[in-house]
Amino acid sequence: MHKKTILMLGGFIGLAFSGITGAADMHTEVIASTCMSCHGPGGKSQGKIPSLTGLHKDHFVKVMTEFKAGTRASSVMKRLANGYTEAEIEAMGDYFASLK
Amino acid sequence: MTLNRRDFLKISGAGAAVALAGCATRPSTSARARVVVVGAGFGGATCAKYLRKWGPDIEVTLIEPNDKFVSCPFSNWVLGGLRSMDDITHGYDRLPGHGIRMVRDSVVAIDPDKRMVTTRGGASIGYDRLVLAPGIEILTDTVKGFKEAEAAGKVVHAWKAGAQTALLRRQLEAMPDGGTFVMSVPASPYRCPPGPYERACMVAHYFKQAKPKSKIILLDGNADIASKKALFTWAWNSFYPGMIDYRPNNAPLAVDGGKMIVTTEFDDVKGDVLNVVPRQRAGEVCDLAGARNDSNKAWCVVNLATFESTTVPNVHIIGDSVLSNLPKSGHMATNHAKVCAAAIVELLAGRQPDPLPVVTNTCYSATSDSTAGYVANVYRFEAGKGYVSAPEGGATAKGDESNFVFAESWSKNIWAEVLS
Repeated sequence: MHKKTILMLGGFIGLAFSGITGAADMHTEVIASTCMSCHGPGGKSQGKIPSLTGLHKDHFVKVMTEFKAGTRASSVMKRLANGYTEAEIEAMGDYFASLK
Repeated sequence: MTLNRRDFLKISGAGAAVALAGCATRPSTSARARVVVVGAGFGGATCAKYLRKWGPDIEVTLIEPNDKFVSCPFSNWVLGGLRSMDDITHGYDRLPGHGIRMVRDSVVAIDPDKRMVTTRGGASIGYDRLVLAPGIEILTDTVKGFKEAEAAGKVVHAWKAGAQTALLRRQLEAMPDGGTFVMSVPASPYRCPPGPYERACMVAHYFKQAKPKSKIILLDGNADIASKKALFTWAWNSFYPGMIDYRPNNAPLAVDGGKMIVTTEFDDVKGDVLNVVPRQRAGEVCDLAGARNDSNKAWCVVNLATFESTTVPNVHIIGDSVLSNLPKSGHMATNHAKVCAAAIVELLAGRQPDPLPVVTNTCYSATSDSTAGYVANVYRFEAGKGYVSAPEGGATAKGDESNFVFAESWSKNIWAEVLS
């Protein structure tokens, strides 16, 4: 099954199960916003820490996956990338790609 | 019977959900939900900003007595001569642009039943949800003589950045070469676990440049270095050999600002500059709400998925005042703020907040004027367990130049995230 379909189904199951709306979206909003404490408001960074605004999703997911695997050199990011699920990394990729 | 807004909300249980269903009419004069945030530090200012971002219909009032934000992170850099007070001092002028109503005042009373806060200036401000972000109260009574020495300007804690930071820097500058700087570390839990050890690095750096015959005695109320032990041990040995005398289990019992002596259980320690940091508890306003609710009445126990007090409904506490396994850092306070803001937006809309939030902490410490290390963790909320640190999190064993440059970038970005 296509990954997006699985995510969508997951969302619907979540909805049907809890009878609530919004929580899944807010989860992504919050985890993406926590990145901004280091990467700057709206993902726009000053200084050496890179900006996240408008990053291409595929690039974001690739880089995070490499941080996780330890195949990409990093400062804090290996320790942080390991804390997120693949679905969260995908969702954050969509989120940052949408920022201008 | 006439219903006021609060009664209306009480009866409907989840007022917004009823309104959404179209079977109720809200009073037109007070249709917007009201959230009051007390304290505009890392946690409070961020929370106010994100409440407006995620709940654009919410009326947000931010109450703060100070006219400027002075950052505790990087205040040790001021003591080391790496930064000035101006560098760590920022205005609040950009927050009203988010639609936040700023009130420059102190809160003197909170009535959780009437959902009302009263300010020193005499204003009564009602709320649907209240967020308390006061930081810490320093327990100056726990070290005999501290209050008098502090009032006389002889001994400061400088654990809230501001005038005391500047005074401590001046005391260090006035100290003769060959003098002794005595600093105490409070027993955990306290604000900024690596802070005391970073401070030792920064003062040692200054002494190395300006007064190389000087010494530092670190009287630790803990049994061991409480944070980033490998990093600080490496730094003290690499950059400041023989300069720092570290004494664990040496909590100060008394201080004499005339004789310049700190008394511990073991001996009297004489110094030329004394920096005593007493133990701490949740900020005073938490007590006004009855929210210092742990067994010692010192810290605030909250539902860590929403940061709502476990005992005072509709009152949320964020930042250093919270009792949890999360570190008491400015960075962590910004992330408490985001989880709390999201939860409040959901609750006011009659929806269930995310039951499994995730927060991060990234904290850099300078070890010299060109090196720094860090600790970085992701904490995932798990039902029945609270926040659990994800694997691979932790601290660096050494500092380096690259992380010093990242730390500088971090400071600019987090200040902008909180204030602009």
